[in-house]
Amino acid sequence: MIYLELLAGFIKVGLFAFGGAYAAIPLIRDVVLSYGWIEDEMLTYMIAVSESTPGPIMVNLATYVGSTQAGLPGALIATAAVVLPSFVIILLIMAILKRLLKYPSVQAVLRGLKPCIVGVILATGLYMIFKNCFGGVPGFSPDITAILLTAALAALYFGSRRFMKNGISPIGLIGISAAAGIIVYGLV
Amino acid sequence: MSIVLDLFLTFAKIGLFTFGGGYAMVAIIEDSCVRKKRWLTHDEMMDVTVIAESTPGPIAINCATYVGYKQKGLAGAVAATVGMVLPSFCIIFVISVFLDDFLEIKWIAHAFAGVKAAVGIIILDAGLKMVRKMQNKPFPRGIMICSFAAMLVIDVLALRVSTIILMLIAAAVSLSVFLVRHWAGKEGTGR
Repeated sequence: MIYLELLAGFIKVGLFAFGGAYAAIPLIRDVVLSYGWIEDEMLTYMIAVSESTPGPIMVNLATYVGSTQAGLPGALIATAAVVLPSFVIILLIMAILKRLLKYPSVQAVLRGLKPCIVGVILATGLYMIFKNCFGGVPGFSPDITAILLTAALAALYFGSRRFMKNGISPIGLIGISAAAGIIVYGLV
Repeated sequence: MSIVLDLFLTFAKIGLFTFGGGYAMVAIIEDSCVRKKRWLTHDEMMDVTVIAESTPGPIAINCATYVGYKQKGLAGAVAATVGMVLPSFCIIFVISVFLDDFLEIKWIAHAFAGVKAAVGIIILDAGLKMVRKMQNKPFPRGIMICSFAAMLVIDVLALRVSTIILMLIAAAVSLSVFLVRHWAGKEGTGR
C-alpha cells in the first residue's frame, strides 16, 4: 500500500540522513528510484526547486514525492516520516540519553558514517553530471549542448570564488542556469 | 501569548524565510532564539549545533525540536517542529500540483533543462566542501574513497544496492576497528 511504502521509505531517509541537507539526496534518490515513484529527471528538477524555496531540502523533497504519489495524505505522511526519526532522537537525547553522543562506541559509529556519506555525495554529484551530459552507461549518447552548458556553469560557479568573497550561491547558479537554458535550448 | 504559540510562530517565520537549509538556517535560528527571544544561551546553541551534526535529519529541524522541548516539553517540541515544516510544506505542495502543467510550457521546460546541468555541480560542490572539513587522516579518507568508488559502481551499473547498506558497512567497519583497538589497548597496558 502506497501510504505504508511512503512511511517506510521516508523514515529510512530521515534515519540515515546524517550530515545535513545534501546527505539526504543520495538516500532519497535511492528510495524514490527503487520504488519507481518518480523519474530521475523529475527528481533533479525538484532538487533545484527545493533549493530555491524555503525550508530544508529533504523535507521539501519528501512533501513533493508524497504529493505526486498519493495527494495531500501522501504529502503529509512522507513529510512526517522524514522528520520523525530526528525528532524522536533529539527528544531521546534531551530526556533520557544525555550522554548518548559521548559514548566511545557511538562516536566510533559516527566516525564511519560521516566519511561514507561524503563519498556517496561526491559519487552522486559526479554521476548526475555524467548522466546529464552523456545519457548514462546503457544508452550512452553524448549531448554536446549539455556538456558545453555544464562546463560553462562549472567554470562560472567555481571561478566566481576568485573574484567574489563567497562566490555565486547555489540559488544564484540555479537562476543563471535557468536563464541559460531558456536562451540555449530556445535557439537550438 | 502562550509559549507554545510563540514557538510555533517563531519557527514558522524561520521556516518561511530561510532558503537552502543547512548552516544558513543555523545563523537565523541563533539570531531569533538566542538574541531576540533569549530561549537559549550562546553556549547552548553551540551544543545544539554539535548534536545536530551527529544526529540524522535536517539541522533546522534538530534545532527546532531542541529549543521547543527545552521551553515547553513535548508540546513545545511538536509546536516548534511543526512550525518549522509547515510553510515549506504548503509551498511545495502547491508546486507539486502545478509542476507538470508548468513543464508543458516550452520556455519553462527549457529553463529546467538548463537547471539540470546546475544541480549536479551544486551537489558535487557540497561534497567537496565536506571533504575539506573532514579530518585529513588515513582512516576517514579510506572510508570516503571506498564508499565513493562503491557508489559510483552502483550508479553506473544500476545495481540494486541501497545506499543504506554502504552506510551500515562503514559504521560496522569503524566500530570493529574501535573495538579491536580498545581491547588491544587494554591488554597492552596490562589492565
